Amino acid sequence: MAMAESVYVAGAFEHPTREAPDKSTMQLHAEVAAGALEDAGLEKADVDGYFTAGVPEYESGLSPLIMADYLGLDPSYADTTDFGGSSYVSHVGHAASAIRDGRCDVALVTLAGRPRSRGQATGSGARDIRTVQDSFERVYGATNVGMYGMAAQRHMHEHGTTSEQLAEIRAAASHHAQYNEHAMYREPVSVEDVVESRVVADPLHLLDCCVISDGGGALLVVSEDVRSELDRECVEVLGFGEAIGHHDAGRIDLTRTAAEQSGSRAFEEAGLGPEHVDYASIYDSFTITVLEAIEDLGFCAKGDGGSFVEGGTLRAPDGELPFNTDGGGLCSNHPANRGGMTKVIEAVRQLRNEANPEVQVDADVALAHGTGGSIGTRHGAATVVLGREAP
Amino acid sequence: MSWEPRPVPEPNPETERYWAAAASGELLVRECLDCGLVYHYPRSLCPDCFSENVEWREASGGGEVYSYSIARAISGWPEADLPLVLAYVELDDGPRLMTNVDADPEDVEIGTRVDVRFVDTDASDVAVPVFTPVDD
Repeated sequence: MAMAESVYVAGAFEHPTREAPDKSTMQLHAEVAAGALEDAGLEKADVDGYFTAGVPEYESGLSPLIMADYLGLDPSYADTTDFGGSSYVSHVGHAASAIRDGRCDVALVTLAGRPRSRGQATGSGARDIRTVQDSFERVYGATNVGMYGMAAQRHMHEHGTTSEQLAEIRAAASHHAQYNEHAMYREPVSVEDVVESRVVADPLHLLDCCVISDGGGALLVVSEDVRSELDRECVEVLGFGEAIGHHDAGRIDLTRTAAEQSGSRAFEEAGLGPEHVDYASIYDSFTITVLEAIEDLGFCAKGDGGSFVEGGTLRAPDGELPFNTDGGGLCSNHPANRGGMTKVIEAVRQLRNEANPEVQVDADVALAHGTGGSIGTRHGAATVVLGREAP
Repeated sequence: MSWEPRPVPEPNPETERYWAAAASGELLVRECLDCGLVYHYPRSLCPDCFSENVEWREASGGGEVYSYSIARAISGWPEADLPLVLAYVELDDGPRLMTNVDADPEDVEIGTRVDVRFVDTDASDVAVPVFTPVDD
């Protein structure tokens, strides 16, 4: 079999806003698209593939149509895979496949949303009964944080994980956020600060939860031919995998996520393993989301995540596994309640030496992992392995 | 007391019997007669083998807490219902189902033995299963 065509991330842009009361969500989509095009040195007319997930506030299943209309795009290929927050990691992999299939050459991925301006509070949950599952879940007050709380409780029960170990994850993210001028919370916090913050849903505290922010981001994934025309340093897509975890007819295991499958698929395609990863962006809706993903991606054995994160493992630049060097969703940004986009963007920054200097890692291989939906019921997992281009 | 103003289940052709049984004091699970899977939530085709040869079965109503979380605040939730114990209960019949444990949070741990009870809604053919701790 011939070697698969190389595919590259040529443009990445994160909107600097964290609160945008005076902008429309579609305007944010357009602003991030323009930002990514400028970053790559491409024009809007070059875009022939378009990827986006749901636009939650419009409650429309027609997001690729309304967004292509608004943005003035004329794509030969479109994809609206919606796994929640992990969608944008999936879009990178799907774009790579579409490009290799010759369906498009310049794939634009956009995300935007304004949950902060719309007044969403931590611990709040949708109460509308729409799907069959809602009648068996939402009627019981199943908030997102409550469901992740159940996952944390079970992980603690089976593996002896402690609140202090989960707090190490927030403390490391906050250590990185202090260097990010756009981060929503820049003040470093200690393990004690986290465990002494108010409990939102046992055993998760307020500081175990991600921020609620307005904003967005965009990526441009391009073919080898397009890449050869660009002056910009690009990042190669080495491997991708995705998987869905769910209630499984009543056999749900709250201590495991579909990262076990998405990660191994991505590593297999890349011909690499966890030991080769120099930097990792790991979805951090809650601290427990990170802990379970670290285990499931193979950075340590199942159940050892708590001890693994102790002792500065996750802290850049010198930790064994520097993670979320922008401050992540826990401290910097979680636009539209969907953090997969910013996970990819920070991995791209690391591989281009464009992270904040205090947290820049000497990285040849980076991983970005998304967990969308809820590990308490059903979730999408998506993993992309990215590589620095050979000089 | 009635389940309202909490969100109320919306029965559909696949699930109306489950909710109606709850209203008459029975907790039902589904059992596949071809592959043997006992499952929750109700579906007309077995989610393991897609057989349509599935039956309703009355569960014992007993189980134990698989995991739980205690919500201190939920916007729009009745104050009298807080703190709220959200839980997965593993039924003695097999499947784990999401529910509430109606108890002092201090009395709930993983492994706590529980029994089902039903809370009526304003609809006569819909009641909501919840669980309470029992001495074992």
